Amino acid sequence: MAIFINSDTRVVVQGITGKQGRFHTQQMLKYGTKIVAGVSPGKGGQEAEGVPVYDSVFAAAKEHQVDAGVLFIPAAFAKDAALEAIDAGLKLLVCITEHIPLHDAAEIMAFAKKRGATIVGPNTFGIVSSGQCKIGIMPNQFFTPGPVGIVARSGTLSYEIVGNLSHAGFGTSTVVGMGGDRIVGLNFIDVLTQFEQDPDTKVIILVGEIGGSSEEEAAEYIKENISKPVVAYIAGQSAPPGKRMGHAGAIIERGKGTYQGKIDALKAAGVHVAALPYEVPNIIRELNIF
Amino acid sequence: MKLFEYMGKDLFRQYGIPTPKGKVIRTAGEAGPVTEELGNVVIKTQILSGKRGKAGGIKFADQSSDAIEAANSILGKEFNGLVAEEVLIEEKLPIEKELYLAIVMEGSLRGPILLASQYGGMDIEEVPEANIIKMPIDIHVGIQPYLCREIARKLELTGDIQQQFSKMLPNLYRLFKERDCEMVEINPLVIADGKLVAADAKITIDDEALYRQPDLPKVEERNEAEQKAHAIGLSFVQLDGDIAIMANGAGITMATLDVINHYGGSPANFLDAGGGANVEQTAAALELLLSTNPKAIFINIFGGITRCDDVARAFLQVNSQKSIDVPVVIRLVGTNQEAGVKLLQEQGIVAYEHMQEAAMKTVALAKGMVE
Repeated sequence: MAIFINSDTRVVVQGITGKQGRFHTQQMLKYGTKIVAGVSPGKGGQEAEGVPVYDSVFAAAKEHQVDAGVLFIPAAFAKDAALEAIDAGLKLLVCITEHIPLHDAAEIMAFAKKRGATIVGPNTFGIVSSGQCKIGIMPNQFFTPGPVGIVARSGTLSYEIVGNLSHAGFGTSTVVGMGGDRIVGLNFIDVLTQFEQDPDTKVIILVGEIGGSSEEEAAEYIKENISKPVVAYIAGQSAPPGKRMGHAGAIIERGKGTYQGKIDALKAAGVHVAALPYEVPNIIRELNIF
Repeated sequence: MKLFEYMGKDLFRQYGIPTPKGKVIRTAGEAGPVTEELGNVVIKTQILSGKRGKAGGIKFADQSSDAIEAANSILGKEFNGLVAEEVLIEEKLPIEKELYLAIVMEGSLRGPILLASQYGGMDIEEVPEANIIKMPIDIHVGIQPYLCREIARKLELTGDIQQQFSKMLPNLYRLFKERDCEMVEINPLVIADGKLVAADAKITIDDEALYRQPDLPKVEERNEAEQKAHAIGLSFVQLDGDIAIMANGAGITMATLDVINHYGGSPANFLDAGGGANVEQTAAALELLLSTNPKAIFINIFGGITRCDDVARAFLQVNSQKSIDVPVVIRLVGTNQEAGVKLLQEQGIVAYEHMQEAAMKTVALAKGMVE
């Protein structure tokens, strides 16, 4: 099972002939991801890492059944590439690219909504259903199958938590990176809904950050709709207000999006809160469900 | 990037949005001739912050000498922690009503939202939710005439003012879209002498889109160290503690600050070297940290795209070029971990595997509690 992607998911890589696209295609193939085609305008007919390359997503979709796409395209051209993928009928698109202008992201999301497509990212490390399919840039070795579902805003922080989990003997079902930008395609609730229904996921970890209100919205949702145990870690406890900490999301403005506000909301919803990232495995052990 | 009020009003004029007559000045003496020309004036400090009125940064005058005195009391002074280097002098409008109008990119809606209220002015943040009109905008539809009529109806605008509003709102949206704005806010949008006028302008441009907005003025909010970091592709924010921190990725960098704080340490900065920093960038980041004279440095790396051996090489490179006389704690996990740890070991440097242990050691070193 797992969520969004599994061992049957067939993937097309946009920007497959670039340095990043080529390297991560190789890594994804090593992980076992079924990459059936690549796209690079003007390079149709070539091969990259043993994968056939097409001039457009339309051309690739004509020759192969493709279920999902991944974008390794510079920010200035990412909107065009994403719209193309959606127009060509892809239902899941992982947008690794960072620094995409907000107005471009908004246009991508509006078109995806019209066509019923799901966008993961932008500015994400991607999504991985452990042992089955990885669409993204995360290091392969840490993602081994297990009962823990993870949804996160931040990439390396998820690695930290996944690393701690695997050290403690816990594997993961699916790990979803929503992306660090202000406008992203998935929110916590979209992913929580999927984890709730996934028989492979026994416990859910929510990795959030200060800023915005998505953790508070997730807390409201969890209270009413999630029966599985949820463990949360929120980064940015010690960040001063008004300072932008790298991610567009990580900024506290007008008293909203504070650490304490998020923690209070999550605790009120029955979520187990870890004060520090490496406390997560202990909290899972104390749940006594494994 | 935030724009000063006068820059925002320049943009408003370019887009056909009415603004008061006025002039920006940098020395108090210039206030004289401007006031003679305009008569009753309002003197507004130009800082990148709201609540200027409450901080005493907005004054009124009806003759040159008073205007010069007011400008003198503002220029070079601090308001809300920011120094005023410019003052905007404008005609004082006979205000009948103050409205609020804004278009903002809203994350939870994944697109723009229009906000409007009949109760604009200084206390907009205290206006109850029920009195604020919120209309999500479909970015592929934009602002059509029906939406202007609907907002005007809700604002209870009638007759000629409604006509002016319906002409102005599409222009404001065009500015928002064409100039890659995160936010355009007019507070207050005033009715004066039968005219609708933008008495203030607050505009934030999306930093990621600045590359395609070459003719906008440049406004720099970062300090010198932060600018230097930005130029080499690092995200750096100065804080007031004494433990310098470098990590890779915004989330883990914030978590590192949290862990240092938890053990009683005080971070000197937030430095996110990015997800895929190479040897040169990492070395540059380290140099930057050294230049802030911390009591200890904590390098916390969980390598995904970042390679641990690159980080080790960068450290050894900087270490061989200059004598690093503050304690440095390095935690290395992830891609090429073994190679990185080995490189450091060969030079007698211990790399930690766990964040907790490394953070505790760093705090102890900064406090001079261990050698």
